[in-house]
Amino acid sequence: MSNSQQAISPEQAAYLRKLRRHKREIFLSQVLLLVALLGIWELAASAGWINPFITSQPSGIIKTIVNLYNSGDLFRHIGVTVWETVVGFTLGTILGTIIAIILWWSEPLAKVLEPYLVVLNSLPKVALGPIIIVWMGSGVSAIIVMALLVSVVVTILGVYAGFSQVDPDRIKLLKTFGASKGQILQKAVLPGSVPTIISALKINVGLSWVGVIVGEFLVSKAGLGYLAVYGGQVFRLNLVMTSVIILGAAAAIMYLAVVLLEKLFIRWQQ
Amino acid sequence: MEQPLVQVKDIVVKYHSPEGETTALENISLDVYQGQFISIVGPSGCGKSTLLNVIAGLLKPTQGEVVINGRPVEGVSTSVGYMPQTDQLFEWRSIWRNVILGLEVQNKLTAETRRSVRQLLERYGLWEFRNAFPSQLSGGMRQRAALIRTLAIDPEILLLDEAFSALDYQTRLVVSDEVKKIICREGKTAILVTHDISEAISMADDVVVLTKRPGTIKSIHKIVLTCQERTPIKCREAPEFRDYFNLIWKELDIHVQ
Ligand SMILES: Nc1ncnc2c1ncn2[C@@H]1O[C@H](COP(=O)(O)OP(=O)(O)OP(=O)(O)O)[C@@H](O)[C@H]1O
Ligand SMILES: [Mg+2]
Repeated sequence: MSNSQQAISPEQAAYLRKLRRHKREIFLSQVLLLVALLGIWELAASAGWINPFITSQPSGIIKTIVNLYNSGDLFRHIGVTVWETVVGFTLGTILGTIIAIILWWSEPLAKVLEPYLVVLNSLPKVALGPIIIVWMGSGVSAIIVMALLVSVVVTILGVYAGFSQVDPDRIKLLKTFGASKGQILQKAVLPGSVPTIISALKINVGLSWVGVIVGEFLVSKAGLGYLAVYGGQVFRLNLVMTSVIILGAAAAIMYLAVVLLEKLFIRWQQ
Repeated sequence: MEQPLVQVKDIVVKYHSPEGETTALENISLDVYQGQFISIVGPSGCGKSTLLNVIAGLLKPTQGEVVINGRPVEGVSTSVGYMPQTDQLFEWRSIWRNVILGLEVQNKLTAETRRSVRQLLERYGLWEFRNAFPSQLSGGMRQRAALIRTLAIDPEILLLDEAFSALDYQTRLVVSDEVKKIICREGKTAILVTHDISEAISMADDVVVLTKRPGTIKSIHKIVLTCQERTPIKCREAPEFRDYFNLIWKELDIHVQ
């Protein structure tokens, strides 16, 4: 950065040019690859090499999206799924952090609960689906609970580990100021663990999508997971592919949003 | 005779673990007077940090007691300031918010204490950096900020546990010079634990040598150096410096295998 204001030497300029060209080439290749894949898929389907009835095809997917858009269903389904996911991972992160705080506060409790957490962590949360449906009924709340469950245990373990990594010297310093346990938490442990909490958030975004989609597979009347299952049942592969593709895009956008949040936070911290 | 500021009386500290009992300190007695600067050296694991923890009131000794200003130490007391091995500035707080941390914790943030912290920052060249974050400061400035954070709560005695050991050699010389100057100017008493014999001699009025574990006091050397300016860097040039160094080196009896 130190040279950015001064005149750039010809060698540096050449290097920067090369770097930019390289980046452009990579991006171009990525776009080409996508276009090629879609093109071959479309070609194979229309030429009859593959059966579009079971493989679907790009033009059919586009048509499906347009139809969904025209009937007003597109954004309704996206909205339902995104809402369930956001609520699920936000609650999972908040609840997980609160439980981690309680465990940090009481070491005996943490020791007692350790084996339970280990078991819960290894248990595929999806297996709890039927129980959740019985308890919560088959509605949006069951799906949100599913998403929350998938992320909450990972959050507890990750954030608690983050808390335990706070430098003992830092805690000692606060203690010599006469700080109470609450003050140690508030001044050092919590703010120091914000990066850990954000990385938990990043993991939870992905996990909550799993929870939501599984939840929608099991019980739902709307959402992208519902669309995919419904499409499969009535053998409309265009619909299935459409929801999978939208899902991929939505998940990527949400992940990028969390990464952006992290960047903003780090900038704010500086 | 003036009464010592800190009296360490016959301290014994034992640690317990499933593997057994460790006696870290045995019968340590030590008097520290107002304005004195004491260095403690000793082999690794001989209980130096343990001794500071006891004086700070963070650790209750198995036997014996510490008296500060005539009052026995029971728990953490505000008359003791502690400087850890690394500066431990909170990276998400500005320098200002870092140096007022102690006052904030003790609920003593008033117009008056703010003013005195401001004076400290101005006096030691950090006022312009009050809104900067620790990552924007050099190692030396960070250490100064850490010292001001400790001075802000106005302790009578400062405990420095290898406070410069994380710094590179050059910075370390400059910082120890600065810290010594600041501590003298503010009229504070200090106990410095270090592994660096030269640092111990150059900074202190007295050097306490501990034996290996269980730590007992092997000897106390009053440091008298002939140099014009009694600053740590200048002191290293005094003719007696080498003699003290060799003496303490021998007493530490370090064998490198
Ligand atoms: N919490 C503890 N539980 C058990 N043993 C401990 C504990 N803290 C320290 N010890 C032991 O007590 C002895 C003295 O420890 P201390 O940290 O005071 O030594 P030190 O002189 O500061 O060492 P160093 O020079 O490495 O900093 C060491 O042998 C250490 O292993
Ligand atoms: Mg130590």
